[in-house]
Amino acid sequence: MSDNAPIVELKKICKTFPGVKALSSVDFRLFPGEVHALMGQNGAGKSTLVKVLTGVYRQDSGEILLEGKPIRPDSPLAAQKLGINTVYQEINLCLNLSVAENIFIGREPKRLGRIDWKTMNGKAEEVLKRLNINIDVTKILSSYSIAVQQMVAISRVLDSSSKVLILDEPTSSLDETEVAQLFKVIKKLRDEGMAILFITHFLDQTYQISDRITVLKNGEFVGEYETGNLPKLELIAKMLGKELSEFSYTTSGAREKKPDTADDTAAGTADDPAAGPADDTAPLLEAKNLGLRGSIAPFDIALREGDVLGFAGLLGSGRTETARLLFGIDAADQGDLAVKGKKAGISSPRGAMMAGMGFCSEDRKNEGIFAELSIRENIILALQAKMGASKYLSTKKQLEIAEELIASLRIVTPSANGEAKQLSGGNQQKLLLARWLCTNPIILILDEPTRGIDVGAKLEIMEQILNLSRKGLGVVFISSEFEELLRCSTKIAVFRDKVKIAELEGEDMNERTIMQTIAGGR
Amino acid sequence: MAWLNTLTRRKIFWPLVALAFLLAFNLFFTPNFFSVEIKQGHLYGNVIDILKNGAPIMLLAVGLTLVIATKGIDISVGSVVAISAGVVAMLIGGDLKGNPKYPIAFAMSAAVLVSVAAGMWNGMLVSWVGMQPIIATLILSVAGRGIAMVTTNAMVVWLYANPFALLGQGYLLGLPFSIYMVAVLLLLTWLAMRRTALGLFIEAVGINPTASRFAGINAKNLIFWVYAFSGFCAGVSGLVVCSTVMSADGNNAGLGYEMDAILAVVIGGTSMNGGKFYLFGSMVGALIVQTLTTTIYAFNVPPEIAQVVKALVVWTVSLLQSASFRAKVAGLFGKREVAA
Repeated sequence: MSDNAPIVELKKICKTFPGVKALSSVDFRLFPGEVHALMGQNGAGKSTLVKVLTGVYRQDSGEILLEGKPIRPDSPLAAQKLGINTVYQEINLCLNLSVAENIFIGREPKRLGRIDWKTMNGKAEEVLKRLNINIDVTKILSSYSIAVQQMVAISRVLDSSSKVLILDEPTSSLDETEVAQLFKVIKKLRDEGMAILFITHFLDQTYQISDRITVLKNGEFVGEYETGNLPKLELIAKMLGKELSEFSYTTSGAREKKPDTADDTAAGTADDPAAGPADDTAPLLEAKNLGLRGSIAPFDIALREGDVLGFAGLLGSGRTETARLLFGIDAADQGDLAVKGKKAGISSPRGAMMAGMGFCSEDRKNEGIFAELSIRENIILALQAKMGASKYLSTKKQLEIAEELIASLRIVTPSANGEAKQLSGGNQQKLLLARWLCTNPIILILDEPTRGIDVGAKLEIMEQILNLSRKGLGVVFISSEFEELLRCSTKIAVFRDKVKIAELEGEDMNERTIMQTIAGGR
Repeated sequence: MAWLNTLTRRKIFWPLVALAFLLAFNLFFTPNFFSVEIKQGHLYGNVIDILKNGAPIMLLAVGLTLVIATKGIDISVGSVVAISAGVVAMLIGGDLKGNPKYPIAFAMSAAVLVSVAAGMWNGMLVSWVGMQPIIATLILSVAGRGIAMVTTNAMVVWLYANPFALLGQGYLLGLPFSIYMVAVLLLLTWLAMRRTALGLFIEAVGINPTASRFAGINAKNLIFWVYAFSGFCAGVSGLVVCSTVMSADGNNAGLGYEMDAILAVVIGGTSMNGGKFYLFGSMVGALIVQTLTTTIYAFNVPPEIAQVVKALVVWTVSLLQSASFRAKVAGLFGKREVAA
């Protein structure tokens, strides 16, 4: 399938954004008649690479060859004219127009200056038939499932000049049967000679559909592999930037256990000084069969005093979704959640906060920080919300609380009254932590608290996590770095493709086992 | 120069500069602009008129400041003014001898309650239904005129119950009574915002709705009550409007007031993007708008040009407000120290 020349070839592409080297000398080849998966963790450079190819960004250096000839698309439209089409995750269609109108929008067949509806509907049906879809094209688009909408979006870009099809996370909002339907279409197009670039977070789907895989890591080209010759475990290792042999079976670097409990490997609760016999006390947080369709499959979780439950998994594996259910941001459609044995009707973050929880989002900018408010106000906000508007903390009291936390978390700022947006990423993360610490929570959920911050700040955050656990808090710790998880956690829950697949304890807590669990080869 | 820098950084600085500039212009070019006479124990003059005529807009601006701080907008306040005026007028009644149909206090309370209900309707649409604020309040802006007409049976109702004239025409210690109403409402609102955490919560919701939800703030409730409060302010404003002319005209009472009030809030330094809000700035903004109107009349500017002049001044003040614009101007003039 790849004996012929590549249709698209990217050579030594470099792209720098202010402060970030997004792509450094990345090579990429795409052959006609293949499905090529682009894989990589967060920040690997996948979307930047696609945007360079589709003319959204202009590369700093390097060249793009289409059928051997250099091209310089300067806009998505220019790329389209060259035959490079993209279907994005968020479908750019008009839900209130008919299927046929959506397919032919902007290029409607006309007769005597008016839209020739009959021809248009006929042609639309024809195009969709090519994808084996038989639907009424005169009905409005919103009356069809997202999978069908996705395929309408694909059919829009299918005409004779189309050579390359880029699918950016096309399956993220589809269910299993819809994915199967979509894959059938993809395979058909591939067999017709189309070159398809497929971007997904789902490992299983990558193996189901792709012929070839290119792996990126931190903006660098790791390698190009035939899917059949690359075991899943190896793929994960490459995405994480490690050699398989590097992975030790030991729990070295894992959380130091207290001497008296060091021999106890089975129960996470043994780590806890205050919990007493585990069977008598209810867990701080217990989820039973909690789940939300389309977001995360039903899961069980028990978090006891002093536990640090690490969430391991690749990007998009369902870790954040789980955290959102626990904190009441999304409402579960099944299962129970109990705090300290009491069934907590947690249907909102406010309810979760009142029950004693705190949550630091991975998306600091959009879900955490109030950029124009002062650091002081940012810190006391949750506490104030918990106390109610009428019990106003005086500015003096606010300052006391804020300054104490600024000191204990070592937040670097000239003043507690400065705007929060002036803080660096690491300090913003600590600010969020401070916001929840002053509410005196019993459970703290930290989603990627160490992402995008410098090494020193990372260590400090992890130190805090260990401190909190020693104080008897239950902590949920989400991180993409296995070392960090191993360092802090008493137990590790492993997620893959929106399912919690395992919980690792004791000797199983090592990088290799986590990887094997994710790869499904355990 | 440090003190100057601190001064120019305060949000209220530029609106005050604009107001001072307008007044200075009048000092030189409008004869007798600042002359204040005492007639029958009251103060008379242009400056007093500005306070008196500006009061309805100032009342509206108090409520709108909070609405805009939540990243919302309420364009129905003009219509709610008409509803409030209509309700109070019908309950007092057009008895020529001046005997009110119902006690004046009752009529006033009823009008304000109806206005609060109108605000709650807006709040419900915005917070619970999730409608865009401009659409939600547009509904009441249109329907409200109709409701006001229905309450007055589509007629202009004239009032003769003299005590009611106090609100819009009366004086206390030489100053218009309505300005005391503004002062009380402003003070109470300021206390409620800055001596409880309400102000902080409103700013948080306006700056980042998602983050405020994640921080445990009940944003929906808050937004609902902010719109209800805007309705309350419009109701009080309606009483003053009705009392000033001792009549209620469903078609024209409060017509276009929402625009002047929004203008006042924006000139006062509160951003339409929500977040930090400045109640006193809004008051200065309302005074700017009113001074401008009075100046234009005093200057005998032909009405067809008057609006253009108003637009130009508003444009200038808005530019002055913009830090990036000031920085650019500062750049043009080299190293002159303009508020950086």
